[in-house]
Amino acid sequence: MNDTLAGWLQVLALIAVLAASYRPLGDYLAHLLTTGKHLRAERFVYRLAGVDGDADQKWSVYLRGVLAFSAVSVVFLYGFLRLQHHLMLSLGFPGIGPGQSFNTAASFVTNTNWQSYSGESAMGHLVQMSGLAVQNFVSAAVGIAVVATLIRGFTRNRTDRVGNFWVDLTRVVWRLLLPLCVVFAIVFVASGMVENFHAVHTVTTIAGQHQGITGGPVASQEAVKELGTNGGGFYNANSAHPFENPNPFTNLVEIYLMLVIGFSLPRTFGAMVGDHRQGYAIVAVMGLIWAASVALITVNELHSVSSSAGHLAGGMMEGKEQRFGIWGSALFAASTTLTSTGAVNSFHDSFSPGGGGMTIFNMMLGEIAPGGTGSGLYGILILAVVAVFVAGLMVGRTPEYLGKKLGGREMKFASLYILTTPAIVLIGAGVAMSLPGERASMLNSGPHGFSEVLYAFTSAANNNGSAFAGIGVNTDWYNTALGLAMLFGRFLPMIFVLALAGSLAHQQPVPVTAGTLPTHRPQFVGLLTGVVLIVVGLTYFPALALGPLAEGLH
Amino acid sequence: MSTTTVQPPAEPAAPHRVSAGGIGPGQLLASVPEACRKLDPRVMAKNPVMFVVEVGAVLTTLSAVKDPSVFAWVITAWLWLTTVFANLAEAVAEGRGKAQADTLRRTRTDTVARRLTDWRPGATGVAEQEVAAATLTLGDHVVVEAGQVVPGDGDVVEGVASVDESAITGESAPVIRESGGDRSAVTGGTKVLSDRIVVKITSRPGETFIDRMIALVEGAARQKTPNEIALNILLASLTVVFLIAVVTLQPFAIFAGAGQSIVVLAALVVALIPTTIGALLSAIGIAGMDRLVQRNVLAMSGRAVEAAGDVNTLLLDKTGTITLGNRQAAQFLPVGAVGDGELAAAAHLSSLADETPEGRSIVVLAQERYGVRGDGSADGGEFVPFTAQTRMSGVDLPSADGGRQVRKGAAASVAAWVAEHGGATGTQVTDIVARVSAAGGTPLVVAERRGGTARVLGVIHLKDVVKPGMRERFDELRRMGIKTVMITGDNPLTAKAIAEEAGVDDFLAEATPEDKMALIKKEQEGGKLVAMTGDGTNDAPALAQADVGVAMNTGTSAAKEAGNMVDLDSDPTKLIEIVEIGKQLLITRGALTTFSIANDVAKYFAIIPAMFASAYPGLDRLNVMGLHSPASAITSAIIFNALIIVVLIPLALRGVRYRPASAAALLNRNIWVYGAGGLVLPFAGIKLIDLVVQFIPGLR
Repeated sequence: MNDTLAGWLQVLALIAVLAASYRPLGDYLAHLLTTGKHLRAERFVYRLAGVDGDADQKWSVYLRGVLAFSAVSVVFLYGFLRLQHHLMLSLGFPGIGPGQSFNTAASFVTNTNWQSYSGESAMGHLVQMSGLAVQNFVSAAVGIAVVATLIRGFTRNRTDRVGNFWVDLTRVVWRLLLPLCVVFAIVFVASGMVENFHAVHTVTTIAGQHQGITGGPVASQEAVKELGTNGGGFYNANSAHPFENPNPFTNLVEIYLMLVIGFSLPRTFGAMVGDHRQGYAIVAVMGLIWAASVALITVNELHSVSSSAGHLAGGMMEGKEQRFGIWGSALFAASTTLTSTGAVNSFHDSFSPGGGGMTIFNMMLGEIAPGGTGSGLYGILILAVVAVFVAGLMVGRTPEYLGKKLGGREMKFASLYILTTPAIVLIGAGVAMSLPGERASMLNSGPHGFSEVLYAFTSAANNNGSAFAGIGVNTDWYNTALGLAMLFGRFLPMIFVLALAGSLAHQQPVPVTAGTLPTHRPQFVGLLTGVVLIVVGLTYFPALALGPLAEGLH
Repeated sequence: MSTTTVQPPAEPAAPHRVSAGGIGPGQLLASVPEACRKLDPRVMAKNPVMFVVEVGAVLTTLSAVKDPSVFAWVITAWLWLTTVFANLAEAVAEGRGKAQADTLRRTRTDTVARRLTDWRPGATGVAEQEVAAATLTLGDHVVVEAGQVVPGDGDVVEGVASVDESAITGESAPVIRESGGDRSAVTGGTKVLSDRIVVKITSRPGETFIDRMIALVEGAARQKTPNEIALNILLASLTVVFLIAVVTLQPFAIFAGAGQSIVVLAALVVALIPTTIGALLSAIGIAGMDRLVQRNVLAMSGRAVEAAGDVNTLLLDKTGTITLGNRQAAQFLPVGAVGDGELAAAAHLSSLADETPEGRSIVVLAQERYGVRGDGSADGGEFVPFTAQTRMSGVDLPSADGGRQVRKGAAASVAAWVAEHGGATGTQVTDIVARVSAAGGTPLVVAERRGGTARVLGVIHLKDVVKPGMRERFDELRRMGIKTVMITGDNPLTAKAIAEEAGVDDFLAEATPEDKMALIKKEQEGGKLVAMTGDGTNDAPALAQADVGVAMNTGTSAAKEAGNMVDLDSDPTKLIEIVEIGKQLLITRGALTTFSIANDVAKYFAIIPAMFASAYPGLDRLNVMGLHSPASAITSAIIFNALIIVVLIPLALRGVRYRPASAAALLNRNIWVYGAGGLVLPFAGIKLIDLVVQFIPGLR
């Protein structure tokens, strides 16, 4: 089988399983976010935590839950990392320094999983399992919980209650993430991924050199790493490492896992608002952008080859694994940067300017196609609010989306949302580029060097976590600045989403008439896609011009 | 210059197309001083987008003074022009209102009022006192006689007079104002033409209708509407995004070895932020109110105009709105051996002296359809007018054989009259009457008495005549998603027949003010916005409850107080136009916002290569327009950005073209015209400006 055919089959197989998952997974999520029944295990958790599982919260109370839970998580993880040498299974690694501990704690709590450390040479098994992996579960669940409130904002009327954070969080972990991760961990082990508690094996290589090989509970962590769009690798090489992604099959399963919740949530949205067509419209926008991105990266990596070595390899093979090839790498790169996962199976730094530029642009889109677990859907719904606002005016009515008016209050929160991430990215990169010491961290000069800094801040603020590499980020400044970028980039938008949810839930719905802007037709799909591209394009065009565009245009 | 092409091509005027007069260059020039006065930063700060432009202009001015060059001065000049153009838009919009206000002010002369110190109903010889009209207050009574000007708003409490209201309505035909009922309101500044009336003042000094009108058309009372606020928030946040994008660009640029001057950075910010819509936003709002004023409708707030665009349900009074004011004779239905001609002649006879519209329509029908002629047989007859007691009218003719009496009227009354005079009403008559009623008509039974006994001749079928074109109008409204409900005092049967004929969606029969109120509340319960018209005092609660309540100017002051719009022409059909104007206002806002944002793409392609092609020659490939030089490219983008505001001022004032259609169809059209147009047009515009600008020495 040649590469092209294999590539197409991979893409089509992926689309087929994602399409097959859309309805069952989406409906299941809708059910678990709306049902009044608690599982016994959940009741036990509520009793333990002293939470009333039947209480409904105001948006501000819900927000307090999100922030308090996350703050405690950061502090706990920070302490864990600092003190790991006093705990068991530390493999003899020392405690992590304060700057890096803060950065890592912020990174895992915000679902970013930016890693300024190398997993196998810094983190013991206990930290990996009960520190980092736990955050992989709960940070993903927090995202789904927050989008649940936004959907409830559309479905509920004349109420100030948007749901119960503790219930949403517990249910998503118990009923969705844990069962799926158990299943896929077994699939991964069966496909050759490692799962043990081994410390470092020192082996002698053929060339007579000594090499340390670390084992560990990799497969169990790998499932949630992808499913929760986390992306923090057990190994520094992440999914390029043969223990973490042994073959094309696991590669495809990993891509499937990172996309499946994001692409199924629109179904949940459609089911909860009682109109599946609304879900189809949203998933169509996500799918269009994803497909275009996969296509552009693949084409760039296949064809923009300048070296003779590249021609021999059949594409830009530098930084890519032979077992995945161009297609498997491009598919992974597009999916990981569009989902806020940030796992990598190839080095985006080595991509062609066009392909690498696309990975940056993907993240700049705000992680919405399909985006992180939960955060992708709320991100695109906010953009839909903006699109409906402008387009709604053009049909001669004050705009409304799903029966809710978009007035000053709603636009305030939506505007702040779309303002936040670009501000963090651009100000962060701007400051970094103004400081001579931080510029020195760049390993490349010229536009490529600038792209590396831009990538780092784009990745952090959008909670992606992938790295362009080529930049030394384990400095106090970068650890702190990127840590703050992750925290602000995660929680400021959440505040605005919850506030918007509260404001929407408060309203009395407006009936749908022939004069209402329809938000389920191809027309709206095109409109929303256009708004996404134009809003993002206009915001980042100057920066992109000086990075990937300057590098790519000759 | 190519920029003029942005105006949509002239459309053949549809019968009820919403539009308003354009503006001429004279009006623009006249508004320039006012536009310059608005450069005061305290005024500019209210508009965040344009305030940023002004700050940019100040910065470039300082930079140009410090480090002069042709480029710096040209950019500086055009940035200032951009702010002036934005103010110009607002000044022109306000200027149109001012002209109207001045006309109104002229009518508010220093009238002397003749106050009655102790007026009581029925009192005579009450003491009179001359006071300045401005000192009149609530509850004062004044007397106004022929030739005098009504000193303040109030209700007539005594007498009847014809009043010239042309100062307010522009309508020269005098109207009758009388005490009691729904025609009792008079407005200060109008002139009594005949008779004498006593008016009870219902407004405080300085709050009269004319005062409010002046404030409204001048825009003094103008507050930002909810949607305007929401849009402003979006525009402000876009402005902040672009500010950040440009400010942070500098460190990136320095790293690339292409640090930019203040002038270039300011130019980039101004080009990117949504100046077009920012400049025109308030003008659009003012012009929307102004378009209503031109149709003789006064909106008490911009909020009401916006709400009009959102209306889901229109409550329309049947009479005068859906049907012609009065019922008309449609058919003569004889009974027994009576012939068509005989019945027609009798009906004609009975109506000759009947000046009611129904009576006239009977005469017309008899003459036109049945060839009846006035043959002098009615000469010497005595007309018996309609009274509420008899519910009949007719004529008594003297003749040799004891006279002939002809009567027409309500079935029961005529039947009673016939029975009284020894006749009988057969079942045939009852059947016809029932049939006519069932069809929504009003049956008038015609009977005559020659000599002794009376007999029934037949029935006149009076019908409500639906105004031409109403059905199409309602179909249009339905396509726009608006439900029409006909309100009538008729019985359900009649109402249903007319509702079906007119094509309204629903009807409320035998409507009392309470029913109306209940219907409005029920609709609003479901989140719908309701618009209605009304004139009577008992309409006031419903007018206040409705989201858009249009009071007729002929109505009572209570009604005018309760509604949020007043129609000076008192034409209930105008409600439909009001809805269209509301929609047009919102569409104009959305269209120009889309246009403004879409423009940015071309500006990027002009400015970014100009800024960085020297550092990264590859970026010159983004110069798709092939602009002459970096300086000419940036200048052209800024000039385009400024001129497009002036070019679009007429559009902002006139409103974009609006034709009733479904939301999807409207959106499609507007996205193509203003979205795609906004993407493409600036490429052509900037290129054309560049072709000229490149010859300016110093920009080559």
